[in-house]
Amino acid sequence: MRQIKTDKISETISRLCRQSNYFLPEDVWRALKESYKKESNENARWTLGQILENATLAGQKEIALCQDTGNLEVFVKIGQEVQVVGGNLKDAINNGVSNGYKEGNLRKSIVADPLFDRKNTGDNTPAQIYYEMVSGDKLEITVLPKGAGSENSSALKMLIPSDGWQGIKNFILDTVKEKAGSSCAPLIVGVGIGGTFSSVSMLAKKALLREVGVNSGNPYYAEREKELLEAINKTGIGPMGTGGKTTALAANIETAPCHIGSLPVAVSMQCHSCRRLTETI
Amino acid sequence: MNITTEQLITQIPKLKAGDKVELSGTIYTARDAAHKRLVEMINKGKTLPFDLENSIIYYCGPCPAKPGKAIGSCGPTTSSRMDAYTPLLLSKGVKATIGKGPRSKEVIKSLQTNHAVYLVATGGIGALLSTKVKKSEIIAFKDLGTEAIYRFEVVDFPVIVAVDSKGKEIFIR
Repeated sequence: MRQIKTDKISETISRLCRQSNYFLPEDVWRALKESYKKESNENARWTLGQILENATLAGQKEIALCQDTGNLEVFVKIGQEVQVVGGNLKDAINNGVSNGYKEGNLRKSIVADPLFDRKNTGDNTPAQIYYEMVSGDKLEITVLPKGAGSENSSALKMLIPSDGWQGIKNFILDTVKEKAGSSCAPLIVGVGIGGTFSSVSMLAKKALLREVGVNSGNPYYAEREKELLEAINKTGIGPMGTGGKTTALAANIETAPCHIGSLPVAVSMQCHSCRRLTETI
Repeated sequence: MNITTEQLITQIPKLKAGDKVELSGTIYTARDAAHKRLVEMINKGKTLPFDLENSIIYYCGPCPAKPGKAIGSCGPTTSSRMDAYTPLLLSKGVKATIGKGPRSKEVIKSLQTNHAVYLVATGGIGALLSTKVKKSEIIAFKDLGTEAIYRFEVVDFPVIVAVDSKGKEIFIR
């Protein structure tokens, strides 16, 4: 067994919180620059120009790209030969989040109770943590600070097998048309197909972790992704919903086996401030 | 065009959806929780923390400021979450709101009735917008953290007229 101390995990999480919120990933930056070149719509150019300028400024000054520094989603892959020592893993992660958001001048956006009094917890904890056991002796941590604007625009529908691809495509396009204007487009549209009601949303969320510009390894779904992206961009909704060719930078599909009677579909919306960062201990 | 908040208010009848404006002057932040409280206070006849007459409300919950800075990252939040509260606030004298994304039919109608405008700033550019805020001060609801009401003094704050006082909007729907 390889021992990993909780202090080391907390330090890593704290650093990931700060860096993910200051530095736009290279692939997202590249896609935004390409979109800027292609746009002729005046509003779209105004918006994309500001988005690019913002990314430069945030990185240089190490301040948050967006004031909505998110509900922190943490994807943990735990090698089965890893033993966490010095405390429990969940506390180690939340201590890292608390420290990172305080030290990094990041916004604290979590309320302890969703309905009753909605009192802010004051340190952006608890994080949303998802654990996956894998082989090996490493601990891989990915953070995704998820803002409410795009998260509120996500949707799930339990389709049936006869709905097929057309039903799926219609549902995704309807969701985008209804919500893109308030979700800070250009978007990355994560799509989950298959699994169950509970697992399909995770597929859609994980689709957001894929690098922009990389299609599914499955040729059938790679084609569906291209078809979807083209259809989304044909809507003309554009950056921030004020018109243009760039409504989405990517449409990524992740799938899982499902029941003979089911065809679950989930759409997870990601705004252009697509902040994600991975570190392996 | 570069205009002050006072000029914006007097020029409302002339402003058209799509006009780009760089705004300088005083604006007040308020988002979900602050709106809920403001409306409760109005309904109970209480004195509000700032005068709504001819005011501009910015839907924003900023990040904390780094030492020596006026404010942290401070872009707009989704305006539609405030739709339920906006007609009442407009009827009490608010002349402009700043946020992101489309508004409800009720809000658009209320903008026409109350001779007010809805402006949008680009979402997700809070770092850039923080450089346009020269002074900030919490004036109410400090217990709400980022959802407190801040008074911002802004210079050349970039917005677009998204819904004008005739009810015309710029969104592609």
